[in-house]
Amino acid sequence: MTTEVLRLEAVSKDYGSGDATVHALVDIDLTVSQGEFVAVMGPSGSGKSTLMHILGCLDTPTRGQYLFGGEDVSRMGETQLARIRNRRIGFVFQQFQLLPEMTAWRNVELPLLYRRAGDRRQQALRALDAVGLAHRVEHRPNQLSGGQQQRVAMARALVTDPDVILADEPTGNLDSASSKDVLGLLRQLNEQGRTIILITHDPNVAGIAQRYCTMADGRLREAVAV
Amino acid sequence: MSWAHTLATGMRGILSHRLRSILTTLGILIGVSAVISTVGIGQASSESVEARINALGTNLLTITGGSSSSFGVRGGFASSETLTMNDVAGLADRYDAPDVAAVAPLVRASETLDSTSGSNWTTTVEGSTPAWLATNARSVATGSFFTEHDVQVHGQEVVIGSTTASELGVGVGDSVSVGSDAFQVIGILNTVGSQGLTNSDDMAVVPITTAQDELVGGNPDSVEEILLSATSADTVGSAYLEADQELMNTHGITDGTPDFTITSQSQLASTASSVTQTLTILLASIAAISLLVGGIGVMNIMLVSVTERTREIGLRKALGAAPRDLLRQFLVEATALSVAGGGLGVVVAFLVEWLVPKFTNGGVAIDITATPVVIAVGVSAAVGLLFGVYPAARAARLAPIDALRSE
Repeated sequence: MTTEVLRLEAVSKDYGSGDATVHALVDIDLTVSQGEFVAVMGPSGSGKSTLMHILGCLDTPTRGQYLFGGEDVSRMGETQLARIRNRRIGFVFQQFQLLPEMTAWRNVELPLLYRRAGDRRQQALRALDAVGLAHRVEHRPNQLSGGQQQRVAMARALVTDPDVILADEPTGNLDSASSKDVLGLLRQLNEQGRTIILITHDPNVAGIAQRYCTMADGRLREAVAV
Repeated sequence: MSWAHTLATGMRGILSHRLRSILTTLGILIGVSAVISTVGIGQASSESVEARINALGTNLLTITGGSSSSFGVRGGFASSETLTMNDVAGLADRYDAPDVAAVAPLVRASETLDSTSGSNWTTTVEGSTPAWLATNARSVATGSFFTEHDVQVHGQEVVIGSTTASELGVGVGDSVSVGSDAFQVIGILNTVGSQGLTNSDDMAVVPITTAQDELVGGNPDSVEEILLSATSADTVGSAYLEADQELMNTHGITDGTPDFTITSQSQLASTASSVTQTLTILLASIAAISLLVGGIGVMNIMLVSVTERTREIGLRKALGAAPRDLLRQFLVEATALSVAGGGLGVVVAFLVEWLVPKFTNGGVAIDITATPVVIAVGVSAAVGLLFGVYPAARAARLAPIDALRSE
């Protein structure tokens, strides 16, 4: 029996109002279970970024319901959403989003600061070790290659032991060798039981997932496994 | 986020833009040091004025001629010469005024004194009687004061203050002249120090009869002021009433509108300190405006900081920072900037306190007390909070997706 991690029910998101309304998401239904590796594919403008923001609790739906681990997060306030993001979601961004003046382990420590965790350095070092960067903990982002920076970002996503990792075009800024590296790491994490949602426009990248969805004009379609 | 980390994050924000932070701090620094210094100057001058007035003795009363004029408008403070030597004699009467210990008449003129060696010095020349010493709480340092006999014979003696003596380069036994009249210096007054707005060491005293003859002109019997000292500080009140009664009688005043004004030292002291207080408040208000300007500087730089770090704010939000965490982070940063400015402002104010008297040869004293220091530092912290609230609230309200998207 698989455990449900998150579920979208008829979720829609509109931007603007009146004639200028943009329907970024239209009636999306999606259920993701524990241990799944889901890829969401679509060209830019298809609404996949909006979906990622909704899934990441960075934004709330206009209509519909979003259940995260059984909790209805679609009507939560900013502070409660911040708690969900901190405890249950790990983000990996296209631009890495590391703070340049901090060393690798300080960057990884960051989410732990918002939950008042103890032995933060130990946890950060363990996470860096898990992504194969145990020898780079005191380096600053500008002393690391793109692939290494993205691995630091993945360590930061892992350090809080989240229910789901949301990766938004994680290879978008990387060369092919580093991309392979990062995708390999994602697959490895999934094999260890992590739930991963990967958002990309690149079918080759999506190829590592077990389950595929495509987005077009704000609608989500489950694709048949290749 | 714990306070320790909030503080560390705020500090990192400040230190990552050193020059900008220093300039912002400077605005607060100038405001705080200006407020503390001006209040300090006010404090010092009001203390010295009070000290000078109290040095004269709390049992001193000053009577000045002043009166209803023919147009029914009351004047005061020597606006007319209604006091005479006869009043002085009356007030000296032990029976009519038992609580009056000493009475001295006073006339004043500003004159240029010439020494025989050719130096000259313009100063206040007072004409009085030997009772002047008692009523002014002064003494003679070297030589002697003139006597009652000198007053009766219109003697050509002068007693001068120490500053006047050194400016003229004369001592006891030397001769000085006022116009064509030659005076012999018979004594140098004790030094009371330069205090407040007038220098009590720069003056000369001659017998009142001589002064009336040669210096002030007008009615030879009239006096400008009468100085009274009561037998003790406790009898000032009764001495006041006795003097009032005596003058009302001798001046034949029945309608209750006296042609003189009696002022006690405590009245003078409170008038003087209220004047310096008003000046201090005025100056401190101007200084406070610079503190306000400094606060606006803090707000400006915090707005720049929030805009610059939009992405960082977005990231922190994605990682779980609640609006409250970001509000705190930026408030701490703003407050730290202005408290640093406030602290340094206090240091600068103490430097000013130490340096200004050196550069002005003790002419301007500053006396910094704890109250304005505490208030200024508190106000600078409040300024940081106040002007930090808007930028911090803006950071807290940023939508995480907009913040993450910004380049």
